[in-house]
Amino acid sequence: MSLPFTAAMAQVGPDADVVITSRVRIARNLSGFPFTNRASAAVRQEVLRVARMAVDRANAPETVGDPGALQWMDMLRVPVRDRLLLAERHLVSRAFADGDAPRALALSRDERSSVMVNEEDHLRIQSLAPGSAVADAFATAFEIESALGAHATYSFHPRWGFLTACPTNVGCGIRLSAMLHLPGLKSTGEIERVKRAAEELHLAVRGYYGEGSDSIGDFYQVSNQLTLGASEERLKAEFMGTILPRIIGYEREARAVALAKTRSAVEDRVFRARAILEGARLLSADEATKLLGRVRFGVACELLRIPLSTLHRLLLQVQPAHLSMIDPRAAEGDEAEREVRATTVRDGLAQASVT
Amino acid sequence: MKCDLCNKQAVVHEVTIKQGTSKEVHLCAEHAAEVGFQLPTETPMAKILGAVAATVEAGPSRERTARCAACGLTFAGFRKAGALGCPACYDAFMPMLGEVIERSQAGATAHTGVRPRGSDDAQRQQAIRGALMRDLEAAITAEQYERAATIRDQLTALDRSGG
Repeated sequence: MSLPFTAAMAQVGPDADVVITSRVRIARNLSGFPFTNRASAAVRQEVLRVARMAVDRANAPETVGDPGALQWMDMLRVPVRDRLLLAERHLVSRAFADGDAPRALALSRDERSSVMVNEEDHLRIQSLAPGSAVADAFATAFEIESALGAHATYSFHPRWGFLTACPTNVGCGIRLSAMLHLPGLKSTGEIERVKRAAEELHLAVRGYYGEGSDSIGDFYQVSNQLTLGASEERLKAEFMGTILPRIIGYEREARAVALAKTRSAVEDRVFRARAILEGARLLSADEATKLLGRVRFGVACELLRIPLSTLHRLLLQVQPAHLSMIDPRAAEGDEAEREVRATTVRDGLAQASVT
Repeated sequence: MKCDLCNKQAVVHEVTIKQGTSKEVHLCAEHAAEVGFQLPTETPMAKILGAVAATVEAGPSRERTARCAACGLTFAGFRKAGALGCPACYDAFMPMLGEVIERSQAGATAHTGVRPRGSDDAQRQQAIRGALMRDLEAAITAEQYERAATIRDQLTALDRSGG
């Protein structure tokens, strides 16, 4: 298998100054089977068989060649590095990349959509879209959900809706999320207040690498927690009509305030970050992410002219599996990895300033 | 573990702690039924209705003894793992699980989103509506007006979705 770098990951969408990507994930279980955590190896194999049949039928034949068509990958046959690559691109969860139980991934050619089979739920359908294009991700994810649902029966309860292994996902089984860049709110110190307000609105706010992680580079993931008692459409409308615009508005105001009140401090942080990235010979993943975040802030504030797509690409490429794909020496040890990372970032920024 | 009264596998386990001494009871499905434990029955319909009926009389002992007949997971096991074992757990662990869900879902008491084609069996719909109406009555009796309003909203939403 080869996983070349796809442009989809570096695309720049609406509200790109604040929103990097939007994601919609739908949890579904196949009727008649225990959930994955209580399924024997034989049951997991059977779930894989049923899911594969549904994917093949949904793909057939008029959709072959369609960028959205799903390619089936037996995760146990995927080399470890490629599994990590998938996790770094947020196409599979970390737990899904690591385990050794029978499981599979159906991945669209454009790498926008994926279906994890035998994750916590039998099916985790997800679709990504650049920027704040939640509606695109929502439409694609539900297209896949209904295409697969035409060939497999989902576990559904008349009162509780779509049943999930974790009862906190029950109902619509839908998780809407956005990866946000909030350096303005961080610098004015309002981020904690926004986080508390988000929690009151039943939103989860997480760090860069997802659950339990810290924010690095002022990147935050925001997602809905409620999945019951409101229709999918209403959850979507609230998320993209109220929640995202509000956070985006706060962040833009905070940036304006930061620039108006502490312009030289902002400029200092941004230009120092660029200078380090352009000069460093060794970089850790966290340092690179943090500094790329500052440079991204500079671009959004029009202090620097670097394409956002270059920064998005570098933010992915500084992660270990991506680095070792660029240069296998990165896998040889910590210092080698940091050296390859620094070279990758320097080259990337140099190319961006030429074009 | 074996049943206290015969050699079959015990499915009900109850521990009572009274004045510092604990008393354990382990029973198979048949003997448990004789003594009066409510075990989840086979048909989904009966399960749903049974779950609703159990809402009122269930006490802390049910929290300890509840066990899903389909996959064997206990309610305590669910508490520990945070995940359910199979779709049947949803009915087996009522009403305690219902409270867990309502709490985690800001008081929502029923799904009001899309339903897969063919799932809208009229009888099941009727059962759900009946269950919600009983919940509504109970909420009003207990003067839980906020909860009552939520349930009323969900009933209205069910009507609108044509279920």
